[in-house]
Amino acid sequence: MTLEYDVVIVGAGPAGSITAKFAAENGASVLMIEKRQEIGSPVRCGEGIARYWIESVGIPLDKKWIAYEVEGAKIVSPNGTEFCIDERHAGEEVGTVIERDLFDKALARHAAKAGAEIMLKSTVVGLLKDNGKVTGVRVDQMGKRFDVKAGCVVGADGFESQVGRWGGIDTTLKAKDITTCFQYRMTDINPDPNYCEFILGTEAPGGYVWVFPKGKDTANVGLGMQLSKVREKGDPKKYLDMYIESDERFKNGKILDMVCGAVSISAPLDQTVTDGLILVGDAARMIDAITGGGIANACRAGKVAGEVLAKCVKEKDFSAERLQEYEKGWRAQIEERLYRDWMAKEKLVTLSNETFDKIIATLAEVGVEKLNVYNILKVIEAKHPELVEEFADLL
Amino acid sequence: MGVTVSDSGLMEVDTSLCMHCGACVGTCPRNSIFLNEVIITFDDSCNQCGLCVRVCPIGAIDKPEGAE
Repeated sequence: MTLEYDVVIVGAGPAGSITAKFAAENGASVLMIEKRQEIGSPVRCGEGIARYWIESVGIPLDKKWIAYEVEGAKIVSPNGTEFCIDERHAGEEVGTVIERDLFDKALARHAAKAGAEIMLKSTVVGLLKDNGKVTGVRVDQMGKRFDVKAGCVVGADGFESQVGRWGGIDTTLKAKDITTCFQYRMTDINPDPNYCEFILGTEAPGGYVWVFPKGKDTANVGLGMQLSKVREKGDPKKYLDMYIESDERFKNGKILDMVCGAVSISAPLDQTVTDGLILVGDAARMIDAITGGGIANACRAGKVAGEVLAKCVKEKDFSAERLQEYEKGWRAQIEERLYRDWMAKEKLVTLSNETFDKIIATLAEVGVEKLNVYNILKVIEAKHPELVEEFADLL
Repeated sequence: MGVTVSDSGLMEVDTSLCMHCGACVGTCPRNSIFLNEVIITFDDSCNQCGLCVRVCPIGAIDKPEGAE
């Protein structure tokens, strides 16, 4: 059995579904292949996203996948100093806490409605190639093995992406550019119901603890730490357990769900296309290195990918040269910020608890109009120029 | 309890801990790890560098006893 499609997408997360939607909507025949038996499950996500960018990728906000809405972000320094900022100015991960499994299914439904086919419990085990050009995928599906031919293959296979490396695109990460995470969904706790909370300091070396409320007494409580700061196996879970033990609010907490995973906190890749292949989302290392958030960028890049691929179908040209329109398109939207946040992350992971205390205290006192690296540095520069000396190249 | 450690010969995965998250797959510098929904395998290109041991959030991976 050999199937044939214009576009074959590996992975049915947000990057895959948005790519599928825009490619199919614009006339491409699309197959999206997902190795799990259920789209969106098990969840591997802190589930915080902002409202404002969603509709720009063609997805209407839907109460069905919104668990809870918050007023903004609260950033807590090691000595407990708090800085709060309104959700409209708090970046791409703050505003709503979603039901990620329902969100992913909703996006897949949009893709299906646009005409994309979906295959579940199907694992892509390798790429088909002809003279160096990627021409399709080999699939294992419940005991059957078969090939699917494609004009273009889309690697939307997340942090664990292998499609890029099989296709000759180097997506290898350094330990300092990986965050390893553990999270509980806890109930019978007392989170601040108004804010998504980010707790900084050595409790989460090179990362942070998050408390994202999913209701008045329920929240995702997670911890991410930089892989280069892991000393012993299982550290992320151990550090999270220690944090929870230390915080009174979680004293009676019961665990409803356990989530683990890793995210890249790297600079953007130099290359995300080759002949007959593109990478989108976490697979293309499009995660923000400071927040660890990736959904907004995955959706933005997916929209560009889908639109460009539909044009490639009409022109019957999937060469790396033609696919540069995708490469340039996603970079124009998000590359500068990805790069700047990665550079800032490189410095942030070196700061002491005392420096975080001073920075957060300054922000709490002076305020900042919109939460981004540049604005934060400007505010601190005015008050504590010595703290931002090391960040001079970002100002 | 039955055996919970599956031995690939190169690395050991404690299947009672593994949550199949793929952190090790994306971290492996040699692309030696494959995750088929819930089954992790290491291929011969693995040089036991140990990065997967450290990245696993729950500590499910280790080198076999006796390995350096």
